Amino acid sequence: MKKQIYERPLIQRINTGMMNKFGTKTEYAPVSHIDGLAVKDLINEYGSPLFVLSEETIRNTYRDAVRAFKTRYPKVQFAWSYKTNYINAVCNIFHQEGSWAEVVSGFEYQKAINNGVPGPKIIFNGPDKSDDDLRLAITNNSPIHIDHLDELYRLTELAEEMNKRPNVAIRVNMDTGIYPMWDRFGFNYENGQAWDAINKIILGNRLELIGVHCHIGTFMLSPQAYATAAYKLSDLALGIKKKFGKTIQYIDMGGGFASKNTLKGSFLPGADTTPTIDQFAESITTALLNAGFTESDLPLLILETGRALIDEAGYLLGSVLANKRLSDGRRATIMDFGVNILFTSFWYDHKISPAQEFSSYTEDTVMYGPLCMNIDVVRSHITLPPLRKEDHVVVHTVGAYNMTQWMQFIAMRPAVVIIGTDGKSHLIRSKETIENIESNEVMPDFLRKHELASGILK
Amino acid sequence: MSKRKITIAVSGLNNIDSPGPGIPVIRALKDSELFEIRIIGLSYDTMEPGIYMHDLVDKTYQIPLPSAGQQSLITRLTYIHQQEKIDVLIPNFDAELFNFIKLQDMLKKMGIDTFLPTLEQFEERQKWALNTFGEKYGIKVPKSKQINSTAEIHALTHEFGYPLVVKGKFYDATVAYSPDQAMAAFNKISSKWGLPIIIQQYTPGIEVNLTGIGDGKGNLIGAVPMRKTYITDKGKAWAGIALEDETLMNIARNMLKGNKWRGGFELEMIKTDKREYYLIEINPRFPAWVYLAVGAGQNHPEALVRLALGEDVKPYESYESGKMFIRYSYDKIVDLKEFETISTLGEL
Amino acid sequence: MKLLKNIALSDTGFVFNPGNGDSFSVNPIGLSILKDLQEGKSEDAIRNRVVEDYQTDKETIEKDLYDFLKMIEQFNLTDYHE
Repeated sequence: MKKQIYERPLIQRINTGMMNKFGTKTEYAPVSHIDGLAVKDLINEYGSPLFVLSEETIRNTYRDAVRAFKTRYPKVQFAWSYKTNYINAVCNIFHQEGSWAEVVSGFEYQKAINNGVPGPKIIFNGPDKSDDDLRLAITNNSPIHIDHLDELYRLTELAEEMNKRPNVAIRVNMDTGIYPMWDRFGFNYENGQAWDAINKIILGNRLELIGVHCHIGTFMLSPQAYATAAYKLSDLALGIKKKFGKTIQYIDMGGGFASKNTLKGSFLPGADTTPTIDQFAESITTALLNAGFTESDLPLLILETGRALIDEAGYLLGSVLANKRLSDGRRATIMDFGVNILFTSFWYDHKISPAQEFSSYTEDTVMYGPLCMNIDVVRSHITLPPLRKEDHVVVHTVGAYNMTQWMQFIAMRPAVVIIGTDGKSHLIRSKETIENIESNEVMPDFLRKHELASGILK
Repeated sequence: MSKRKITIAVSGLNNIDSPGPGIPVIRALKDSELFEIRIIGLSYDTMEPGIYMHDLVDKTYQIPLPSAGQQSLITRLTYIHQQEKIDVLIPNFDAELFNFIKLQDMLKKMGIDTFLPTLEQFEERQKWALNTFGEKYGIKVPKSKQINSTAEIHALTHEFGYPLVVKGKFYDATVAYSPDQAMAAFNKISSKWGLPIIIQQYTPGIEVNLTGIGDGKGNLIGAVPMRKTYITDKGKAWAGIALEDETLMNIARNMLKGNKWRGGFELEMIKTDKREYYLIEINPRFPAWVYLAVGAGQNHPEALVRLALGEDVKPYESYESGKMFIRYSYDKIVDLKEFETISTLGEL
Repeated sequence: MKLLKNIALSDTGFVFNPGNGDSFSVNPIGLSILKDLQEGKSEDAIRNRVVEDYQTDKETIEKDLYDFLKMIEQFNLTDYHE
């Protein structure tokens, strides 16, 4: 008789009210390939864990977003949000597609320059811009988005000093009916701060006000909030025209569109509830078109979309290190990736699929990372088939923020590959080495030597 | 006239002490003079009493919880449809409606008819949007405001006066008679349900409810107002009586003219001493007491099935006020074998 | 280790403890192990039987059986008075 396929013996209490298994198979349906390449082969070649990006998904997502806006509004420009994923290969896909760069530090600004983005197409945001950063941006004619009055005054001084007229926009914060309201960046709309800043810029006559900007929040699930914001920014632009006869060249709606991830604590999966890019586009463009601009004065619409353009193109492949049973009887699975490289697991319940076939029996599991730290929990509750040591899993929708917010903590950071539209995998960031990490360390002479006594342990 | 044979899937079989609407809807359908109905129960939990009520439910299938997502749900429904050939599906839980509304076109293609509100209708009557809803359709709604810190409480005296109601995002409500009490309630409720806290104008009066059905074109196909005459310690109806209330009927008619509500609904209102009506909540489905409407002469679930099938349905013109309902509970004896079957196979 | 005498095992993988009303579900291999226990087989005997019937090795089933038996104990399905 042929031997049966082995599966770990499982017993589960039948609880009333628990997630029943009938029809819930989608999450743990195996995902053995990404864009046609086997997970197993990728891990064999590049090691585990491994970040994988799909060029095809990135380009398709971007083109879909451009279509959603351009079919509704005549002048649209995307600017790739560097902080979301600033691996140069990723940035260049967006630049190839026609996207400008949006940066929030001198470091990111330098990256954009190194990627060959022309100065006037680098939007410089953020509260932290040094004098050197500002001088460089002024020289390059980059649009500088002013965050606070101190910056406004400093920029005015630098303009005088350099005898230049920098292109600027102001960042505006406002009540769009969502909670929490982001009021720490920029100037407030409702209490008149925004108008004070506008008056200072125009009457000071040292800076060229070319745009107005807002960034109303992150992971926004309400297209309506964008309509409110677009309306309020339009109101400012129209007011500037009326008061000073000056036409504002662009309205920058910032970023913040949600991806299809599921926020912790939300009842329904993100894949079902996240508004489509068309819904965001409809809200924003309708507000702009109805705001009262004449056709020739219609401002350029700039979008700094990050997360929604890259999240779904990213996967993290990993392997099971061990299984154990917790004192309360729950199953725990320890993976070779944790919060150190999957930073977003702090706020998402990432979808995680096994990479090999299983029967329909499952177990409730806690998924831990490899760190020797109690906070290292990837999923506090996930229904999975019985995984064995060295089995692989695929974490979905990880393209945004992980490859920038990851930490070199306890372990080194893994490689990143991209699967090209040529159907092949290409390394875009190598696995870190101890030499990489230690290359910046300096050892003072008096700390070079030590001798440890031997002989305590037999 | 011979009755037409038809298969209808119904959820909300939790006929417990605060019951879901499934079993009352099924009872209404079984009373139909037009249809001979086979009922397919859709259950989330193995303990839903309807699973074991074989005189009302012919066969039950477990379905994945709404949080499992639409893909899981449609996969399961496809399987059930292959076995049962469902003609009409009537979901009865608020929490599952979003998914069913999103899936209705796909269901239609499979040959399953539904009669659900549109996503816009469903969303604009949400608790936190009720003030806007009231303004849009000319219905009085107790004034409410979201606050995020106790610092905002002092400004409320002007706006609301005291007493006022301090409510949590999802649950809990306390009447506060002074800023100090409002502060205490804010801290207590926010520690449990988080921010924001909703401040609502205090509206004393009696609660009156209305169960109704709209045809999606602005017509009220049927409606019966009711007052709870006795409530359980959980605030649920124990007994109620059908009322004659033309004002409330007009509020429902006008609302439907405005929002063209599609499907069953319930209005929960407060009628003040000055006979003003304030809207507290709109439920986007039939209430658990919908069988009172049948008792009073209007079979709303049957009308919903006919609308789902695309038939032209004339509005009900009258009902009998003074009909009462009194809820009772009943200990059903169930064989362990039945529990085993639903637990392991997911169908019974 | 012995299973409580009155535990009811069904071929659908349904396990019922009439002593406290608890019910459980097991996968097919789990069910076969419970049946072994009911017949009074030793852990060694169970291990050998599984290696015989399934595509696995002694180390794997040793780990997994240890875990499974711990769970059975935790679910109060075993006889203490032995």
